[in-house]
Amino acid sequence: MTSTGEAVQFWVLAVVAVGGALGMVLCRKAVHSALCLAGTMIALAVCYMAEGAVFLGIVQIVVYTGAIMMLFLFVVMLVGVSSADSVKEVLKGQRVAAVLGGLGMGVLLCAGIANAHLRDFTGVGAANQASGGNVPGLARLIFTQYVWAFEVTGALLITAAVGAMVLTHRDATEVKQTQRELAEQRVRLGTQVTPLPAPGVYARHNAVDAPGLLPDGTPAEISVNPTLRQRGQMRQLGSDVLRRMGELESGAAHWLGRKTPKPRSGSELSHVEQSGGTGSEKQREVESK
Amino acid sequence: MDNLIPVLVAVPLLGAALLLCGGRRLDRVGHWLGTLLAFASFGVGLALFFSMLGRSTADRPVHLNLYTWIPVNGFQAEVGFQLDQLSMTFVLLITGVGSLIHLYSIGYMAHDEKRRRFFGFLNLFLAAMLLLVLADNYLLLYVGWEGVGLASYLLIGFWQHKPSAATAAKKAFLVNRVGDVGLSIAVMLMFTTFGTFAFTPVFADAPKATQATLTGIGLMLLLAACGKSAQVPLQSWLGDAMEGPTPVSALIHAATMVTAGVYLITRSSAIFNLAPAAQLATVVVGAVTLLFGAIVGCAKDDIKKALAGSTMSQIGYMVLAAGLGPIGYVFAIMHLVTHGFFKAGLFLGAGSVMHGMNDEVDMRKYGGLRKYMPLTFVTFGLGYLAIIGFPGLSGFFSKDKIIEAAFGHGGTEGWILGTCTLVGAAVTAFYMTRVMLMTFFGEKRWVPDADGHEPHPHESPAVMGAPMVILAFGSVFLGGLFSINSSFVHWLSPVTGYQEGHSPLSTTTVTACTTVVLLLGVGVAWMMYGRKPVPAVPPLGSLLTRAARRDLLQDDFNHVVLVSGGSHLTRFLVYLEGKGLDGLVNGIAALIGGTSGRVRKVQNGYVRSYALSMFGGALVLAATTLLMRAV
Amino acid sequence: MNPVNYLYLASLLFTIGAVGVLVRRNAIVLFMCVELMLNACNLALVTFSRLHGNLDGQIIAFFTMVVAAAEVVVGLAIIVSVFRTRHSASVDDTNLMKL
Repeated sequence: MTSTGEAVQFWVLAVVAVGGALGMVLCRKAVHSALCLAGTMIALAVCYMAEGAVFLGIVQIVVYTGAIMMLFLFVVMLVGVSSADSVKEVLKGQRVAAVLGGLGMGVLLCAGIANAHLRDFTGVGAANQASGGNVPGLARLIFTQYVWAFEVTGALLITAAVGAMVLTHRDATEVKQTQRELAEQRVRLGTQVTPLPAPGVYARHNAVDAPGLLPDGTPAEISVNPTLRQRGQMRQLGSDVLRRMGELESGAAHWLGRKTPKPRSGSELSHVEQSGGTGSEKQREVESK
Repeated sequence: MDNLIPVLVAVPLLGAALLLCGGRRLDRVGHWLGTLLAFASFGVGLALFFSMLGRSTADRPVHLNLYTWIPVNGFQAEVGFQLDQLSMTFVLLITGVGSLIHLYSIGYMAHDEKRRRFFGFLNLFLAAMLLLVLADNYLLLYVGWEGVGLASYLLIGFWQHKPSAATAAKKAFLVNRVGDVGLSIAVMLMFTTFGTFAFTPVFADAPKATQATLTGIGLMLLLAACGKSAQVPLQSWLGDAMEGPTPVSALIHAATMVTAGVYLITRSSAIFNLAPAAQLATVVVGAVTLLFGAIVGCAKDDIKKALAGSTMSQIGYMVLAAGLGPIGYVFAIMHLVTHGFFKAGLFLGAGSVMHGMNDEVDMRKYGGLRKYMPLTFVTFGLGYLAIIGFPGLSGFFSKDKIIEAAFGHGGTEGWILGTCTLVGAAVTAFYMTRVMLMTFFGEKRWVPDADGHEPHPHESPAVMGAPMVILAFGSVFLGGLFSINSSFVHWLSPVTGYQEGHSPLSTTTVTACTTVVLLLGVGVAWMMYGRKPVPAVPPLGSLLTRAARRDLLQDDFNHVVLVSGGSHLTRFLVYLEGKGLDGLVNGIAALIGGTSGRVRKVQNGYVRSYALSMFGGALVLAATTLLMRAV
Repeated sequence: MNPVNYLYLASLLFTIGAVGVLVRRNAIVLFMCVELMLNACNLALVTFSRLHGNLDGQIIAFFTMVVAAAEVVVGLAIIVSVFRTRHSASVDDTNLMKL
């Protein structure tokens, strides 16, 4: 019999592992399934260590949970994080048959194990001790008795890596354009020959969503990232912003002892000059917006 | 000199090739070319004949091996010719009568636009027939046999625009096929038994073969002879073969080709002599046919068909004689030769009559023609006297000998056969007199033909008259010539063998009997057709007459037994095959197909469904394993 | 506690994984279920190693992990290329494997 501590540990881990497995099967989103599976795998790693397979426990965590599950997550992200299975089953009787088959399988396996009369066990302590530890013991076997399988497995891994690259590699379907060709294309189309204007940059918040102002004071929508524009996240410059800009400019001119710049044409500019108020007030207004 | 033998065959063959391949440019001279070549062949034949006469009896047969046709190990088919007295007789008959009929055809076919082709076919026939009688082995004989069949088919169907002619040609060809199968089986039997088909070794080894084999070969040869010579039961084609032009009927279907069966039996005498069962079958066939043909001849109003019935009957005489064995072979051939002359003469006369009567063949629409066609009347009349066996003419000598030989067969069979031949002679006299009276005597019963042309009977041109005269001479004198000092017997007996029959009746008695029955037949015919006017519409007649008008129901018999029976058998077999074999095969196929169709639905293309089946399979495997362990 | 309980746990996980393969349609989740089945086998192998007192079971579990890694690499590559052409990761959309 094992120690009581291991028994307690087993029952806890078993609950975690089965819960994770059920969660993986039942979650509709692939991301949740992957996370549930990671939990199950870590629980299993602890089980391995408890059974004296320290090396395998570590490998389970490093390789499985660390590498393979991350690979899964990458693919999930590639395919779409939010993709979820529909609840409706297409194949008639598939679910019922699967559940019944699973029950039968479980009963069969459990019956088989129960019939096996496994009352006593040896434990791997002696085997580990013989080679001076679990890792040297495994290494001795791998590089002596199982060396051929080991080499073949290595070949298999290399083949799998090459195969994956071949499968996912996509040939470029068109020649990449050079900078000169891009420039010529821009001139030929004639929509925007010069580089796009930069968005307005303000010190007080991330201004990548704020359009830059043209010399006449009007906002240039073209300066904002198209993605933000299409999402409707472009910041609208209200009249107070423009007014405050005018204040800033006049303030700076006053401080530098310059002449106030010439008034701009347009209704907004005149509105700027007419409006008044302290900077702190306006700052609050902007933040409240 | 003997190297000329292949020339006999080659000359008409060359003519056929020239005329059939030469195209229209030969249209104007084609008929003269064909006739010339036929006469050339006859000339060669005469030269060979005189050369043969000059040698002693033992040296007369000559043998010439031309080349090896099929040299295969153990199967050496030679092209070799054998010219003995029997072949010589046939060569002279074929080339002689053939040349005369070529000459006659020039006049008869003068207005036919396909005349060149006609002469090509006639030459082809001559070549094939000569090959048949000159071959020194059965395989080459078979080639000639098929060749004459082909020529016969082509010439019967020469006017193939007439459906009746096309059908008749087909009928002749098909019925002949039945006989040809017999010949081919006989040849194969010979090869398996003797390892060769050459005449000399086969006849030499014949005594070593078993009785059953010899009987089989004999019966198969008899079947072949029945097909070619229109003997019962393969007689049905000859009457319809009269659809061909009349010269063809004279040459092929009276004088030469139809006698090939008699040649075959006589040539195979060594085999028949050793197979009494086959000989018995032969005499039975001959006796039945001689009466059958005679009865049919009595009832026909079509002059050519009446003559065709007569031909059948006369060949029945020959077959009967050939079946009698060594006492009859010589007389069979002798009757064959004389018959060739007088029957050809009769047919040419009939052709001449038709020529003058707008191609009318119904004797009831003739009558009183002797004043209008004196030459035809005389030649036809001489042929008539010859065929009924009027004392002193050809037929008298040859037919009397056959009747005598039939009685000489001995025992009850001899009496039966003799009586049959005597009755046949009486009926022959009756129907020939009937033909004569209806055609040349009595009052005119002419009617306009379909186009409204009133017939103007006239004598035929000289080119047609000359052959008729020559043949009439042959009809009158040939029999006597053959009988002086039994010259024909001496001529032929080295080949066929000859022995005297032991007739219970003396020659004088037989002659007296035949003369009596001859007079009886003529008298009855005179009573029926000479004294009373012949009705233009045939009277209903007795049951026998009506049956005889339908060729004694031969076609009905064939139809009911062979056609209907065959098709019923076929239908039954098809039914059996369809329900039995096909049913079984199709059933298995349907079972597999149906099961597959249902099982196929399981294969729906969904991976998960397949995975479920795999899972189920694994479950079953695991369960079985555990169960076996538990047990 | 008897270590046989580990075997019961392994068979339970294996069954859950198998049912998951049959029930889920997302190819990635399908693969995860396969991984779960492999892990259950590994647990059983490690337990056998302990029961018998030698290390061969652990060696085989080690090889299983390597092979599983190779399988995942190729399998995910296949999923990605299928997704590129069909814009779907559902195994039910790939149903051409029939007559």
